Amino acid sequence: MHTETVILEGHIIDSLILAKVLDTILQLGGSFDLREVHIGATREEPSRARIRIQADSSELLGKILQAIQPHGALVEAVRDCTFEPAPADGVLPDAFYATSHLPTQVRLKGQWIEVEAIEMDLAIQVTLDPPRARTIPMAEVKAGDLIVTGREGVRVFPLERPKERDVFAFMEAQVSSERPHHPIIADIARRMRLIRDNREKALLYGGKAVDASLGTKVLVVGGPAIVHAGGREALAWLIDSGFVHVLFCGNALAAHDMEASLFGTSLGYALHGGHVVPHGHEHHLRTINRVRAMGSIRRAVESGLIRDGIMASCIRHNVEMVLAGSIRDDGPLPDVITDTMKAQTAMRAALPGVGLALMVATTLHSIATGNLLPAKVPTVCVDINPAVPTKLTDRGSFQAVGLVMDSSSFLRQLARELSWQE
Amino acid sequence: MARLLVCPPDYFGIEYEINPWMRISNAADPTRSRQQWHTLMRVLEEEVGAKLERMPPAPGLPDLVFTANAGVVHEGKAVLSRFRHPERQREEAHFERWFTKQGYQVIRLDPECYFEGAGDLLGFPHIWFGGYRQRSDIRAYTVLSEIFGKEILPLELISPKFYHLDTCFCPLSGGELLYYPPAFDSYAQTTIATHVDSEQRIVVPQAEAERFACNAVCVDRHVVLPAGCPETMKLLREHGYEPHPVELDEFMKAGGAAKCLTLRLE
Repeated sequence: MHTETVILEGHIIDSLILAKVLDTILQLGGSFDLREVHIGATREEPSRARIRIQADSSELLGKILQAIQPHGALVEAVRDCTFEPAPADGVLPDAFYATSHLPTQVRLKGQWIEVEAIEMDLAIQVTLDPPRARTIPMAEVKAGDLIVTGREGVRVFPLERPKERDVFAFMEAQVSSERPHHPIIADIARRMRLIRDNREKALLYGGKAVDASLGTKVLVVGGPAIVHAGGREALAWLIDSGFVHVLFCGNALAAHDMEASLFGTSLGYALHGGHVVPHGHEHHLRTINRVRAMGSIRRAVESGLIRDGIMASCIRHNVEMVLAGSIRDDGPLPDVITDTMKAQTAMRAALPGVGLALMVATTLHSIATGNLLPAKVPTVCVDINPAVPTKLTDRGSFQAVGLVMDSSSFLRQLARELSWQE
Repeated sequence: MARLLVCPPDYFGIEYEINPWMRISNAADPTRSRQQWHTLMRVLEEEVGAKLERMPPAPGLPDLVFTANAGVVHEGKAVLSRFRHPERQREEAHFERWFTKQGYQVIRLDPECYFEGAGDLLGFPHIWFGGYRQRSDIRAYTVLSEIFGKEILPLELISPKFYHLDTCFCPLSGGELLYYPPAFDSYAQTTIATHVDSEQRIVVPQAEAERFACNAVCVDRHVVLPAGCPETMKLLREHGYEPHPVELDEFMKAGGAAKCLTLRLE
C-alpha cells in the first residue's frame, strides 16, 4: 500500500473543497483516512484537515496527489529520516531506532522506502545509492554502517485486515481453552490449502502468479511433545502431503522422532504399548550417536537408517529445517546449530515467504520465532499450558490465534481436516 | 463615495496571447480604445458618481490598463498581485510603487503563490469568494483570509474563457449576484447556491456572458456593463438596478471589460 499525508487548510468546509478533494481521491481509485479535522470556531477562522491517502500503486498515488494539489492539498512536510554511522562492529549509535514487527517505512531522499525484512527489536540500516532500508540485528552491525536514529522520517503501519475471511481476519488475538477448536482448525487447514496452491502456482508460473500477501510457505515450530503425545504420524503426513515447508525445532524433537523410528520408543517409552522399555532411557542417546556416526540427518535418512517419521519426511520433501541447540542438549545431533546467534540468523533466513506459522508444544522456540516474524504473518500457537499462547499473542500480532490443547490432538485433527486417513 | 483606480490606455494593445480572447492578429484600435475608455470614465464619474484615481500608464505594459489586477485593497491594506504569466509580472513593481506612494500598507505574497488581485477576489461585506485554478492559486486565499480576517470561499473556474472570477461573477450592492454558472465546477456552483438565495441569483445567458456581461461595475444601484447585453440589462432592471451600457469591444479583444478596467479602493 502506498500512502502520503496531505494537509488542506482554509475555508474548506463551506466551499466544499474538502468534499471535492475526498471525492477526487475516491473517484481516482484511492482511499483515505481523515486523520484530523479542525473546524474553525468562527466564520473567519480557517479549518484544517489532515488526510492520509492510500493507493495500490505509487503511480496511482502520484496521480491522486497531482489531481488534488490544485485544490490546495499540500503534501505534509516530512523530513528524511536521520542516520548515523555505527561506532564499532556490533555496536549501534546511541539513539538508534528500535523496530517493531509492524510494516515500517523510512523517508530517504524525499521518498518513502519500505524497510525490508521487518522484525521487532532490530535496528534499520540504510544505503543511499540506491536508497534502501533493511533491518539489521545489533550483533551483525559493522562499524560505519548507516543506522537510522530518532523517530523523524519513520512511519509504522497498522495491520490491514487480511483478504481471507477466516479466523485470522477478525484481527483479535484471543486465547481460550473454552473456545471450540474445530472451526479454528478448519480455518487453519483452509489456509494451508491456499498456501500450498499458491506455492504450486509459484513453482509452475513464477513469482508473478503468486499472491504475495498469502505467502508460499507454512512454518512449523515444534517441540518433542509432538512425538511423546502421538502427533508424529500426523505431522509426517502433513509434510508428505506438501502442507509444511519449513521446520524449526531443537535437538529433542529430531532425536525423539528418530528414536521412534529406530526403537519404537520416545524417551524410553514404547509409543504403542505405553510402558517403559528396559534401558529405554538410553535410546535417544544411542539414536543421536548413530546419526552422529552418519554425519548428518540427511545421510541417516538417505542411507535407510531412519525410515519414517518427521525427519525422514522433511529430508525426502526438502523441507527447510533449522535445528537450534540449547544448553541442556544431549549430543547434540550433527545438524544442530549450537551458536545461538548463528541459529537466529539461520531462522531469519528461512522466514521470507512464510504465510502461516504453526507453533506446537514448544515455549522457547515459539517465542524466539515470534520475535523474528513480521506481525502480518498469521500465527497459531498450540500448547496445553495457556501461558505459552498468551505470551505469544501478547506480542501484539493481531493475527495470532492461541489454542490451549494437546499437540497430538491438534495435529491429528488438522491432518484429518486435510483428508488424512488414520 | 466609491473610489476607483484606473489607468489610461495610452500604451494598451494586444502584444501577447495569454487568454483565449487575445489574438495578436486581432489588434486593438488605439483611437477607439481611447474613446471607449474615456466614455467609461465619464459614465463612472458623471452618471454613477464614482471618484476616480488615475495612475500614470507605462510604455511596454499594455495590460496596465486593467487595474483590477493590481491587487486587492481593504481597510488601508493593499495585497499586491503575483501574476501567473511573466508578461504581466512586470506590472507588479508599477502597482507597488503607486500603492506605496498613496500610503497603503503594502503586503506581498510568496513568489510561488499566484494571485491576480480583485480580478479573482470578490464578495459581499460578510463573505468573499476567490476564483482559482485558471490564474490564482487556492493557497492564496488561506493567506488573504488571515490578512483581512474574512471568510473567503474558493470557487474553481473551469473554463479558460472565464479565466478570472470577475469575468463570470459580479456581486451587486443589494446582495444579488450576477453570474454565469457553467464557468464553475459543480462544487463551486453548489457553494454559490448555498450562500446566495435563489431569488438573488441572476443568471446571465451564455451569449451575454461571452460578451462580458458579468464584468460589470456596481456602485449603489448603478451597474456599468459592456454594451450588447440586453437580456442582462433587463434582468438588472427587474431587480431594481439602473444599467449603464458602454461600448468596450476594443478591451474585450484583450479579455476584459468595465470591471477589469477599475479597482475598487474602498
